[in-house]
Amino acid sequence: MATESEGLKLRNAPGTDPMRPALFEVHRVRQETRDTFTLELRSRGPSDGFQFLPGQFNMVYVFGVGEVPISISGDPNRPNALFHTTRAVGAVTKAMRRLRRGDVLGIRGPFGASWPVNEVSAREVIIVAGGIGLAPLRPMIYQLLSQRDQRGRVVLLYGARTPDEILFTHELQQWRTQLGLEAFVTVDRAHGDWQGNVGVVTTLIPKAPFDPSQAVALVCGPEVMMRFTVMELSKRGISKNRIYISMERNMKCGIGLCGHCQFGPYYVCKDGPVFRYDQVQDLIPLREI
Amino acid sequence: METLKPLLEEHPFLRDLSAEHLDLVVGCAKNVRFDPGKYLFREGQEANEFFIIRDGHVAVEIHSATKGPVIIQTVGAGEILGWSWLIPPYQWHFDARAVEVTRAIALDGKCLRGKCEKDYHLGYELMKRFSHIIEERLAATRLQLLDLYGNGI
Repeated sequence: MATESEGLKLRNAPGTDPMRPALFEVHRVRQETRDTFTLELRSRGPSDGFQFLPGQFNMVYVFGVGEVPISISGDPNRPNALFHTTRAVGAVTKAMRRLRRGDVLGIRGPFGASWPVNEVSAREVIIVAGGIGLAPLRPMIYQLLSQRDQRGRVVLLYGARTPDEILFTHELQQWRTQLGLEAFVTVDRAHGDWQGNVGVVTTLIPKAPFDPSQAVALVCGPEVMMRFTVMELSKRGISKNRIYISMERNMKCGIGLCGHCQFGPYYVCKDGPVFRYDQVQDLIPLREI
Repeated sequence: METLKPLLEEHPFLRDLSAEHLDLVVGCAKNVRFDPGKYLFREGQEANEFFIIRDGHVAVEIHSATKGPVIIQTVGAGEILGWSWLIPPYQWHFDARAVEVTRAIALDGKCLRGKCEKDYHLGYELMKRFSHIIEERLAATRLQLLDLYGNGI
């Protein structure tokens, strides 16, 4: 098991079949950037809300097209609405982008291990996100900011491709000004009118305000970006057992049966997607496992 | 007269430099300030300085006929800007523009080059420090070239 959250993992309600999708209706579609969108979903059946932990994912089924794993991007303290943010890159996610209010999807989940919600309480947290990697971290940011009074500093380092591809811009502003999140944003390329940082997200780490002897780091983005991020965090002095990453693999069943997402001794769908870095560091550089 | 020595000896870039070498560097340093939009240097100009940024930030950019200025990198407080003064033909390859009010310590590269030629130990110390910066920038540039968020690598 990868994180302390094993005992907290949630599954479909007891007695229900985790392979059987529940019906959810599209309530709202929000275009975040050119190719990234958020679906707000509501359960079609009687429901007490969709309980999940930050970092978990669902298998999202577009009827007649296929099923894909997508992390949950909403607020765990607002279970009545289920949010998924994704890029339209494959057949299923392109079909998802065409959905409109009232259309119906199948949802299985929530699946997988969460970010270490308990371990980070009362600690400094440094969050490093790259591109769409901010979406699986957003529930954790909501969670951390909801406990603002009881906890230490929360620092977000976020890298996007261009200024137009920065996600959740309105919320970033709100988190900064109203909730005390220390957010630093950088882009890989920009034109002359951009007033912010330019450079890969790893370049923010040496100057980020956190105490490496105390901080816990949560990292999500493309795997190459996460490897370089871990190197920079290690240079600052954060030990690898206080760094967590969220991995992406070809999840299919979501419950560790089919083996599609096997990663050495782990199933990413069941033991991950969130792993403590020291548990997977020897596997990550391998070309074949 | 107050010198820039206290500021320079505290800076990570010059930390652990011998007192003698630090004095040589201080002798080539001056304070500078740039308003937003002002250029610290322009592409093609002779490169005779480098900068230790104290406040503000600077966009390193290149002008494209079709896209206008494209920002390649930004350099902020505490960081070092410019190494073309160290490498012939001592010419800037990019423009550097202050994005906001920027205060920096400018170090005269011509003056330092002369001192390095006379004192190879100083030259080696500066080369070691600049090699580290160049290596970091190269690694960051390679990551930028991968276009990580565009291709899902």
